[in-house]
Formats: sequence, structure tokens, C-alpha cells
Amino acid sequence: MRRAVLLALALICLAAPPVSAADSANPKADFKAFRNYFTKRFPKVPLKDFVNGPYSMNADLRKQWVAIDAFPPYQFALDKGKQMFTTPFKNGKTYGDCFPNKGIGVRQNYPYFDAKSGEVITLDVALNQCRQANGEEPLDYTKDDMAALTAYMAYTSRGKPFDIKIPNDPRALAAYQKGEEYFYTRRGQLNFSCASCHVQSPGDHIRTEVLAPAMGIVAALPIYRSEWGGMGTTSRRFITCNAQVRAVPLKAEDELYRDVEYYLSYMSNGLPISGPGARP
Amino acid sequence: MNKNRSSKLLSARRGPTRRVIVQGAIAGGLAGLGLTGIAPLSPVRAAPDASKWPKDAFGQKTEADAIKALYAGKTPEPSDKVHLDAPEIAENGAVVPISVSTTLPGVTSIAILVSQNPFPLAANYPIPAGTSPMVANRLKMAKTSNVVALVASGDKVFSATKEVKVTVGGCGG
Amino acid sequence: MASTIRLRAVASGDTTEVQALVQHPMDSGFVKSAQGNLIPPHYIEVVEFEHAGKPVFTAYWGPAVSKDPYIKFSFKGAQKGDDLTVSWIDNKGATDSLVGKIQ
Repeated sequence: MRRAVLLALALICLAAPPVSAADSANPKADFKAFRNYFTKRFPKVPLKDFVNGPYSMNADLRKQWVAIDAFPPYQFALDKGKQMFTTPFKNGKTYGDCFPNKGIGVRQNYPYFDAKSGEVITLDVALNQCRQANGEEPLDYTKDDMAALTAYMAYTSRGKPFDIKIPNDPRALAAYQKGEEYFYTRRGQLNFSCASCHVQSPGDHIRTEVLAPAMGIVAALPIYRSEWGGMGTTSRRFITCNAQVRAVPLKAEDELYRDVEYYLSYMSNGLPISGPGARP
Repeated sequence: MNKNRSSKLLSARRGPTRRVIVQGAIAGGLAGLGLTGIAPLSPVRAAPDASKWPKDAFGQKTEADAIKALYAGKTPEPSDKVHLDAPEIAENGAVVPISVSTTLPGVTSIAILVSQNPFPLAANYPIPAGTSPMVANRLKMAKTSNVVALVASGDKVFSATKEVKVTVGGCGG
Repeated sequence: MASTIRLRAVASGDTTEVQALVQHPMDSGFVKSAQGNLIPPHYIEVVEFEHAGKPVFTAYWGPAVSKDPYIKFSFKGAQKGDDLTVSWIDNKGATDSLVGKIQ
């Protein structure tokens, strides 16, 4: 069993070469290998269903999720998000003024690589940039207001496929590679990498949870977790995942976390936005 | 004791009483948003009468005592006409979707118990004439436990039981 | 201030299916805060639904009902366009209500 798992991981590593040399990275090949790995491993899961995380892996869980998603607990965050999004700033401008298409139906284009700053910009960061450009205080990345806003924006993009671009810019490629490297690097007291759970063991249990596949895993964010009794942003989830393997988490929206989100989102290209999501 | 509760309510000793009356169309989840700018009309109805809440039954610590408090001496008979839908393994004990329906006639109430909860009675639903004998709700389960649906039909009580495994406890454990 | 209640009521022939979601902590009294103190019980006790002045459904809830509680039921005798009223009261005496239209 372990051998098979190691072999699978080796296959991934072969397709995603060591990240030291920038010119050896090949996101298109990585993407193809990633997709093939998951679709071969789970031939019965329809491609679009991967965005439903553990619910694409387990029928009993799925039934409960369908019951809960019929009238979901993130409803209130969604309503709040819409209200925040449509309320003008003190200077009269709105969030819509900062985004293409007035911010409606654009979530699937984030994160993107910003040539000017040379950094990956996530939706959350773009929202705070918008606030600060309009004289407002930035929001805490892990808390409910940011989750409400991103929930609303995700909702307006529901069903739209991820469309993440890696421009022909060595800095963009480097950001992608850094994200990929972080994803496959073991860390923490439990010595797990993100891949240990989400590439090697999707559908399996870790203690009491069923693990989600890495492909499509960011599509449902932000999420309402029954465990939290509330909403969580991408940042909240990355931080708690790190903490769960007893690793020291990075700060919310740390450049490296943004690179990870860039990598994971690119790997989910073509898969539909399913957020905001309900999770255990 | 019940009178005490009502008078406390009226005197607002228990803190602020918030009444928000909003009128508007129901159109799915986002409907609530459009209503904030509408001036409230005069109150359409008063708050429910809290004195009718079955305090005694909700305070019982065993399944048997909760049943006694609800049905005063009637023994529930298992019936395959009571349909209890609950998961095999709860994804999270804090939010377990559970529904009950029945083909029994003359149903006057549906109650749902979680045997291993600190207070087994989770919810009680009186069913007036004209209302279907069906309810779906989401309950907390402290740990692996039987879930018991109790249906009062005519002058008898019928039950259905299902064990639900809980790995992530719903009460903070 | 926005209502705590979200209501969906859909008539199909003579039967109306009602779903409601209520924003409420439904604290059981068994959970400790980050500081280690028990968070006192705070939960909705009674929810009532009325149509044409008559109660069509009542929920008696205890602390074992999940946070942001949900309920679904059906009743006969209403039609599209009718008003449906829902109101609740919790163990601290707080209340809220909403009137919605049956679709």
C-alpha cells in the first residue's frame, strides 16, 4: 500500500520537476499530470464533482451535505456579503468600482499575477486593496466580514470554471513554483505535506474527517464549517490546516500562502466555482 | 412556574426584547437583503407564548423520563409506519440533518430524542389538523447514540429508532 | 436591522412546503469559551408559523437543536400569494418575526 502511494507521489514529482531551476517548470504538464492522477484514481467521480471535496468521496457524507446545502448555514454570511458589497464607501465609491464587471462573476479569475507588484494577488487581498484605495480600513483576513464579502463574490461566480493564468513572466512562474513546492513539502510535528493528505489520501479518513482531493479544493471557499459554527476564508483554512499538522502557520495572506493558492487554483482550472461551501 | 416566565417576559427583566417586523416577498435566500430599507409596519403578531414550552420534558435526563413527561404513561410501540431519516455516521455531531415522516393517521405530535444527549428530548412538534405529519430539522448529538422518533397517533404513541455514529461530538467535545 | 429569519414557502396545489433558517447561536450551555468559561444556554424555545390567523406549525426546541436552526414542514389550505408569518422566542425572552409571501 505504502509502495503504491509512494509510486503515485513519484509520478507527480516526475511531472512536476524539482523547483530549483525556473526554466524546468512546466505548469501545463503539471496540470495534465495532476488531472490524470485524480481522474484515474477516482474514475467514478464526475470531473466537476471534485469541487465538492469530501462529498465527492463519500455517499453518506454527501447525503447529509445535500440536506444541509438545501438551505445552507452560510446564507447569513451571503446576505451580509451582498449588503457590504453594495454599500458605498465613505467617499461614495463601491467595491464594484475596483473590479472588472463591477465585481460580479469574476471570482474564478483569482488569484492572478500582478506584474506591477510582482506578486500574486488573491481575491481577499484585492478586496483590501480596494478598501485602502478608498480610504477604508483593511479587513482581518480570517474573520467574518472578509468571509462574507468573498462568499458573495464566489456566489456570483457559481458554476463558472476557474480561469487562472500564468503569464509569460519568470516572476509568475517562480510564484507558481514556490506554491507548488510548499504544497509538497513536509512540515510540522506530524511531518505531513499538503500532498500527504490531499494527493496521497483523498477519500480516506484522517481520524474522523474524510479528506478532500487537492484538485478543486479551493473552489468551495470560503466555507461554513460546522466545526467552527461559522465562516472561514482561505486564510483561515490554510492556517488551521498548518496548525493541524503542528506546523507554525504563516500569517494570513502571506506571500507564500498566496503562491500556494495560485498553484492550487491553477490546478483547478476548468473546474466550477462551488463557493461559498458548507463543510463538516 | 409558567406564569413566572410570562410575567418576566412582559417586564423585560430578562434583557432587551427585540421585535423586528419586516414585510416582503420570499424569493430564496437573498430576499432578506432587499428588506432593510423598508419601514416596519405595525406589529403583525405577538411573539409566541413561551409558557407553552414543555419545560418539564426538556429538563429530563433520561430517555425514559422524557417519554414519561411527554406522554404520561403511554409506552411507545415501534412501528415501520414511522420513517426516521438520519445518517449512519454524522459528518459533524453539531449539525445532524434528521427528518421524520409517517403514514399513521390522526397524528397530533412528533418528538425527536437523542438518547445519549445530556437532555434526551431534542425537539417536539405538535401537529395541528391540516399540517402534514412530517418534519425535517438539524440536531446536535453529543456522541454516538440512538435517535428516537416518537409519533402520537390517535391515543397511542409509535416510535422508530436509528443509531447514528458520532465521531466529532456536537457539544464541543 | 435585517431579520434573523429566512423563509421559503412554496405552494404546490393545496400543499405548501415551508423551510425556514434562523440566525441564532443556540448555545447549549455545555461549551466553553476560549477563556475556559461555560457559555450559558441561549436557545430558541418556541417557533410559530401562522397562516390566515391560524397556527399551522409549532416547534418546541431545546438546546440540542443546531446553531442557525433549520426547519421544514408542509401544510394544506394555503395558496400562492398568501401571507405566512413566522415568529420565535428564546430562553432569554428575545423575539423576532417575519411575514413572507407563499410562492
